[in-house]
Amino acid sequence: MGSQGGFYQSKEFLDLVKSIGEARSKAEEDRIVLSEIETLKRRISEPDTPKRKMKEYIIRLVYVEMLGHDASFGYIHAVKMTHDDTLLVKRTGYLAVTLFLNEDHDLIILIVNTIQKDLKSDNYLVVCVALNAVCKLINEETIPAVLPQIVELLAHPKEAVRKKAIMALHRFYQKSPSSVSHLVSNFRKRLCDNDPGVMGATLCPLFDLITNDVNSYKDLVISFVSILKQVAERRLPKAYDYHQMPAPFIQIKLLKILALLGSGDKQASENMYTVVGDIFRKCDSSSNIGNAVLYECICCVSSIYPNPKLLESAADAISRFLKSDSHNLKYMGIDALGRLIKISPEIAEQHQLAVIDCLEDPDDTLKRKTFELLYKMTKSTNVEVIVDRMIDYMISINDNHYKTEIASRCVELAEQFAPSNQWFIQTMNKVFEHAGDLVNIKVAHNLMRLIAEGFGEDDNTADSQLRSSAVESYLYILGEPKLPSVFLQVICWVLGEYGTADGKYSASYITGKLCDVAEAYSNDETVKAYAVTALMKIYAFEIAAGRMVDMLPECHSLMEEFLASHSTDLQQRAYELQAVIGLDAHAVESIMPSDASCEDIEVDKALSFLNGYIQESIEKGAQPYIPESERSGMLNISNFRNQDHHEASSHGLRFEAYELPKQTVQARIPPASLASTELVPVPEPVYPRESYQTTTVPSVSSDAAELKLRLDGVQKKWGRQTHFPSTSTSNSTSQKTVNGITQVDGSNTANSRTRETYDSRKQVEISPEKQKLAASLFGGPSKTEKKSATGHKSSKPSSHMVKSHAPKSSMEVASEKTSPVQQPPDLLDFGEPTVKSTAPSLDPFKDLEGLLEPTTQVSSAVNHSSTAAVTKSPDIMGLYTETPAGAHHKDSDILSGLSNSPMTNMVGGTTTMQVAQSSKSPNLKDSLEKDALVRQMGVTPSSQNPNLFKDLLG
Amino acid sequence: MIKAVMVMNTQGKSRLAKFYEYLSVEKQQELIRGFFQVLCSRAENVSNFIDAESIFGLDSRLVYKHFATLYFVFVFDSSENELAVLDLIQVFVETLDKCFQNVCELDIVFNYSKIHTILDEMVFGGQVVETSSSEIMKAVEEISKLEAASNAISLIPKSASGWRSR
Repeated sequence: MGSQGGFYQSKEFLDLVKSIGEARSKAEEDRIVLSEIETLKRRISEPDTPKRKMKEYIIRLVYVEMLGHDASFGYIHAVKMTHDDTLLVKRTGYLAVTLFLNEDHDLIILIVNTIQKDLKSDNYLVVCVALNAVCKLINEETIPAVLPQIVELLAHPKEAVRKKAIMALHRFYQKSPSSVSHLVSNFRKRLCDNDPGVMGATLCPLFDLITNDVNSYKDLVISFVSILKQVAERRLPKAYDYHQMPAPFIQIKLLKILALLGSGDKQASENMYTVVGDIFRKCDSSSNIGNAVLYECICCVSSIYPNPKLLESAADAISRFLKSDSHNLKYMGIDALGRLIKISPEIAEQHQLAVIDCLEDPDDTLKRKTFELLYKMTKSTNVEVIVDRMIDYMISINDNHYKTEIASRCVELAEQFAPSNQWFIQTMNKVFEHAGDLVNIKVAHNLMRLIAEGFGEDDNTADSQLRSSAVESYLYILGEPKLPSVFLQVICWVLGEYGTADGKYSASYITGKLCDVAEAYSNDETVKAYAVTALMKIYAFEIAAGRMVDMLPECHSLMEEFLASHSTDLQQRAYELQAVIGLDAHAVESIMPSDASCEDIEVDKALSFLNGYIQESIEKGAQPYIPESERSGMLNISNFRNQDHHEASSHGLRFEAYELPKQTVQARIPPASLASTELVPVPEPVYPRESYQTTTVPSVSSDAAELKLRLDGVQKKWGRQTHFPSTSTSNSTSQKTVNGITQVDGSNTANSRTRETYDSRKQVEISPEKQKLAASLFGGPSKTEKKSATGHKSSKPSSHMVKSHAPKSSMEVASEKTSPVQQPPDLLDFGEPTVKSTAPSLDPFKDLEGLLEPTTQVSSAVNHSSTAAVTKSPDIMGLYTETPAGAHHKDSDILSGLSNSPMTNMVGGTTTMQVAQSSKSPNLKDSLEKDALVRQMGVTPSSQNPNLFKDLLG
Repeated sequence: MIKAVMVMNTQGKSRLAKFYEYLSVEKQQELIRGFFQVLCSRAENVSNFIDAESIFGLDSRLVYKHFATLYFVFVFDSSENELAVLDLIQVFVETLDKCFQNVCELDIVFNYSKIHTILDEMVFGGQVVETSSSEIMKAVEEISKLEAASNAISLIPKSASGWRSR
């Protein structure tokens, strides 16, 4: 046991490792490590410690620090070791400093000199280790100290040195691009290095450089292509083969670079088509690394100027990935799909079943990736299904980071594609309920605004329905035990504004609920404030309607509590409530008009309505008002006022509210009640609004556009205007449509067109088609367009999900003939506007389908055994009318059943690994011995497997 | 670029930790613990990829591979390809295996500096410099040879049990 390991460790080190391995608890481990630190501290500072001992101490220090303990007392000794002449000691010193220190550490200055010296060393290993330290320890200020030597080393005879010098230079570029900008040409030069390792290493900095500035490197396209070609043709030394692939890592890097260079550049892309196509063909899709290269090819293809043939190869590769059993490949497949649908949206459809499988996979990583894909392919036709799924998933996870992300995605999608306001409200309710604390407060304001504004049209019944349903849902949700603050604010506001509007609920019922909220969440002042204001509104509406106000006892006690509250805001609200209740119906109606949250307040800046009063007062002998500017000799007063001002802002008590508001302020302030989107956050102490209300009468006639829409320029997210194309990034069908039309007819047509699509979508909601998840995700609506776009093969199995086989393919042929492959949607749009609309019910194919249904069944039954596609179609026809859940499960089973058998041999690298293993002769005795040691040391508790890595190689 | 390379055992003990951007010791430990939490909660037969954004910050992915008692973990950003990194781990492990012949956790514990040497030959300043395991071996052997030569006074008596002293 004396000296373990090839590297000079002593018994002590072994004992340390052993005792740590045996430690039962973290506390015990800590105790051991701390005593080790004490020992090391003592030993290390002893004079005349032999080098070899010293080196071991340093290694032990590194070990201790890796376990999470502070070893800073030994840093200086590590630095000292770098000065040593012995290579071994020097290397250990460098290793320790690169692990211990960061580039801004004080001790760095002591090392720079050593590094400089070592970079000039004759021994290339010394140079290498110094270069390694350079990467880690040199900061922007010290770069000039070593830069000349690094540049010299670029031409060093040893390739290992050249390689590392390039990486060091790359590191400098990352840290401070300006310091090495004049040396960038060196990277180009090294690309032609005759050592493939150096060439491969050079690709790293070039990739970074090209990412930052594509245009300066367009001339290299030819070189990269020719390198890639040579690599693919196995011109590199055998040593670079990995699992029978020629230099796959270099291929991957090159493909990445080509993807950058070819992006949006037709000419450059054309140079790449051949080689990328070759790689697609040559790639061995049975090994992991082969698939890595394939994946990179797909990324490249989806980034460069599209080429139909390559896109087809990419689609094939993706379908192989998705059908694989390996979760890794599925993951890559989903990711690749997400990239490719940007170019050819129709491809997703072929893989709908696979995608749904991934969505239901227990693997969280895969699931998230799939949600990312769904997010990318959301359009107005499938938004409901996707968002519902996302919300379900959001509820199921605990990871706040991801929860926030997915919540904001839900909100974004809902805002962008919501099919109806009702749905939007329900969706928002769910998001708020489960992730309310994680979403932006603006989302809440948007929701309130939506409820207040309704459809933004004259359709009053729809608006009030919407509000009633919102009220209803909120009253229901209030039964939940713990709700997020933001959501409660929304609820209070809506209940206050519309709780009694439709007469279904009595004022005492609503106020009772509001009091409950205020009591249940008594430590949330914002919620309480919202609740009080809501109470005030309810009472005001009651008074205005001429009914007797009968304050509930709990409301009374609540008010008493608030009147004495520490929060001035709550106090003020409570007093206001008291004051309002005491007024007569007429006054109250002026202060709190019902359902006027969207009305605008016209502020009478001259206070003209007071003229009569002033006149009267002056007649009685009062002093007339002199404007501030005219008051001479009263400087101190104005000073005082300024001071006053200052205090106001610093203390948060805003006196400006009583002055004339500026235009912008005015726009901000919600008229009459808490309506507008940009609700003043409640904690702000003063509510200018109220003070206006007592003096001014809201008037509808004011300049609506200016006031109402701070949202101006912001796109309307809901209602009919929603579906303008400009906002969204997705490839939604309706958008394309609109685009097409707009080009021809101008915006008027676009408007009517959108409306049409909207209406038709409404029909989608009720259609039974919804009932199938796959159908709704990849939905029929866009079908026609897609068909004609792909020239898609009728043998592709999964594409027959939604519709039957026979009628479609015949239609396909027809439409294919009329439309070129690249941009058929527009063409189609001009031709038959009804077809491209999002409604399947308008879809002539569907009608046809209904007629032809029996035939299809027959024909598919005939082909029953031949292909997967056909086997499935009868099922699908049957399922078409079935309930959603059961339906797609069945389908996916069928598919996975089918795909399982031929795919099993795809599991990565099995064959090659066996080869590797057989080439090795595991020494049984050795491994037993090892195992015994392992047990003894208590390092590896599970040891059914003496050759620990055997299973990896088997 | 590669942001971190970690090796930890199935009990969460760190066996190798290398971060290519400087992080304080406390932060490193926190990350190692965080990753271990995630890793040990993963089922068998799921993908080897994990979205590491919630632990490591924006644009970071994690690929791990589980060998016997050890997890090999690489954290990297979007400029790398997950499958390729998976193979990089494979290269790393194969190289270790060639170096130690049937490498096991103990080899990694006791040959701490050698493991670092191997890793440094593969990943340099966060970039992959060498992916051929035989090239890496060549370099590492050369280093060992020269080290031994420079160290003529032979710091320790060569071990009798052959397998450990390589």
